[in-house]
Amino acid sequence: MAVDFYKPSLSDRIFNIVVFLLATFSLVIVLYPLILVVSSSFSDGNSIVMGKVLLLPVNANLGGYKEIFGYQSVFIGYANAILYMVVGTLLNLTVSILMAYPLSRLDLKGRKFLTLLLIFTMLFNAGLIPNYLLMRDLNLINSRLVMILPKAINAYNIIVMITYFRGNVARELLEATKIDGCSDFRFVTAILIPISKPIIAVMTLFFAMGHWNSYFDAMIYLNSSSKFPLQLVLKEILLQNQITPDMMSTMNLTAEEMAMRMGLSQQLKYALIVVSSVPLMILYPFIQKYFVKGVMIGSIKG
Amino acid sequence: MSVATRTKNRNQEQRRKQIHQLLTNWQLYAMLLIPLAFLILFSYVPMYGVQIAFKDFNAVDGITGSEWAGLKYFEKFFTDYQCLRVIWNTLRISVYSLLASFPTAIIFALCINYLQFNRYRKVVQTVVYAPYLISTVVMVTIILQFFSSNGIMTNLLNALTGSEQDYMASAPLFDDIYVWTGIWQSTGFNSIIYIATLVGVDPEMHEAAIVDGASKWKRMVYIDLPSLMPTAVKLLILNVGQVLNIGYEKVLLMQNPLNLSSSEVISTYVYKVGLTSTIPQYSYSTAIGLFQSAIGMVLLIAVNAIANRINDSGLW
Repeated sequence: MAVDFYKPSLSDRIFNIVVFLLATFSLVIVLYPLILVVSSSFSDGNSIVMGKVLLLPVNANLGGYKEIFGYQSVFIGYANAILYMVVGTLLNLTVSILMAYPLSRLDLKGRKFLTLLLIFTMLFNAGLIPNYLLMRDLNLINSRLVMILPKAINAYNIIVMITYFRGNVARELLEATKIDGCSDFRFVTAILIPISKPIIAVMTLFFAMGHWNSYFDAMIYLNSSSKFPLQLVLKEILLQNQITPDMMSTMNLTAEEMAMRMGLSQQLKYALIVVSSVPLMILYPFIQKYFVKGVMIGSIKG
Repeated sequence: MSVATRTKNRNQEQRRKQIHQLLTNWQLYAMLLIPLAFLILFSYVPMYGVQIAFKDFNAVDGITGSEWAGLKYFEKFFTDYQCLRVIWNTLRISVYSLLASFPTAIIFALCINYLQFNRYRKVVQTVVYAPYLISTVVMVTIILQFFSSNGIMTNLLNALTGSEQDYMASAPLFDDIYVWTGIWQSTGFNSIIYIATLVGVDPEMHEAAIVDGASKWKRMVYIDLPSLMPTAVKLLILNVGQVLNIGYEKVLLMQNPLNLSSSEVISTYVYKVGLTSTIPQYSYSTAIGLFQSAIGMVLLIAVNAIANRINDSGLW
């Protein structure tokens, strides 16, 4: 600020302190549980059960992580989730660009009607059962395609994209290339996509996150565990305390051994949380700026 | 030339232009083919299936062949002992969540805006945005762990209140846990737009206020808050349009038999009636879903109109 000679008054100093304290409070409140999760994943199970892990790992060991290797389903889930995320996001991007570009052109006849067709899907959803019946009729139940095809179109994201294309792709550019004999297809692949990298990055982030984090569709449409994405596998292990064959054989254990098993399952839970969140957390520093960009682009009316 | 022929000529000219336009833009229409196919197949075809809400659906006769049943299933819902409860739960949790998360995001944004140390500000922002990436399943697992017996939150809250509560088993506390963990997860993300708006506030206003001897508090109240209002009003209105679409993926995972009386919302009820009950009731479930969608649509259209009326900030 230009006013360097300005000396903080008492009230401003109090204000600064309150702001600092509030910010620090938010930081601690968000950070502490995250640290606790990571610490618990390295702590011995008994200490977790007893509530002894308060900040740093207690009796640090890698037991939880070793235990994960006993769960083949986690690896299958991982592979499936990556598959659904990559293919799904590619399809999302393709259809979004193919739809958003024509609708961003003001000279397109029928643009209003087509945009309305798109917006209406945001207003009205047929609901769970009609969607389910459609998937059944299309023979998509328990098919990997059900994780990819139905979510191809996201009306909100396409509207954001239309807004971006309209605001950032100069009409002169289009007209100049037209005069040079450039077709619309060529314009999209050779010019539009390269100059729209920011919005494509943002959309990639949001689509990829959506695929990676969802479990509900997988839960209702998929039956065979070989096709389950990671989140559904996690749900079964973490939230339903499924009895695995490994645990079945422990029926006639002493109380001590039972306690150890319990502890290990606690440790395993935390280790699984960490392992499943790692990919996005590694990407996070790189994608953080796109968060901001995405929100800003989305806030401008289409 | 008479006026009539001139108009005729002009009309012809216009039509020729239109056809020309249609032809030159054929590639644009070709591009639209694939997305439109997806849109129609996965968004509009299911709408055809909505009619089973008015029919006695059976798998043999299919959607078209099943017998009409009139409003039977809507009557069934309105006389269902669960009806008022699930509607009330949905509205209560939604509105609570809205009222609590709105001020939190704005206060956090103001805080970041006035934080003096640049590097520290970055650290705070980075950390507070991070939980947004956590998936629902993982988030609920963390909640259940922390609120289990001997979980960190249980120990902490019991020590503070001097009681012995089992938090996940308590129906009255479900709302609080759902809402405040939601705030923990998304305050950072929700504040992004406010922070960006604050950065865009004209610095001259602040300079003028400083010259006039305004304290930071006064500047915040009289300059920053008013400049956030249009964004806040817009978001608030749009969120009101979404009150029935509660985050059911999280609610569903947080449910247990003990908190069900306050955690059963419309969406989870639709799911249970339709897909997980021993006798799946497709028609009944569709009817409840349709009720929800219809109210949601009316709400959204209404709030959009209001938003446009107030400051032209509607979604469309």
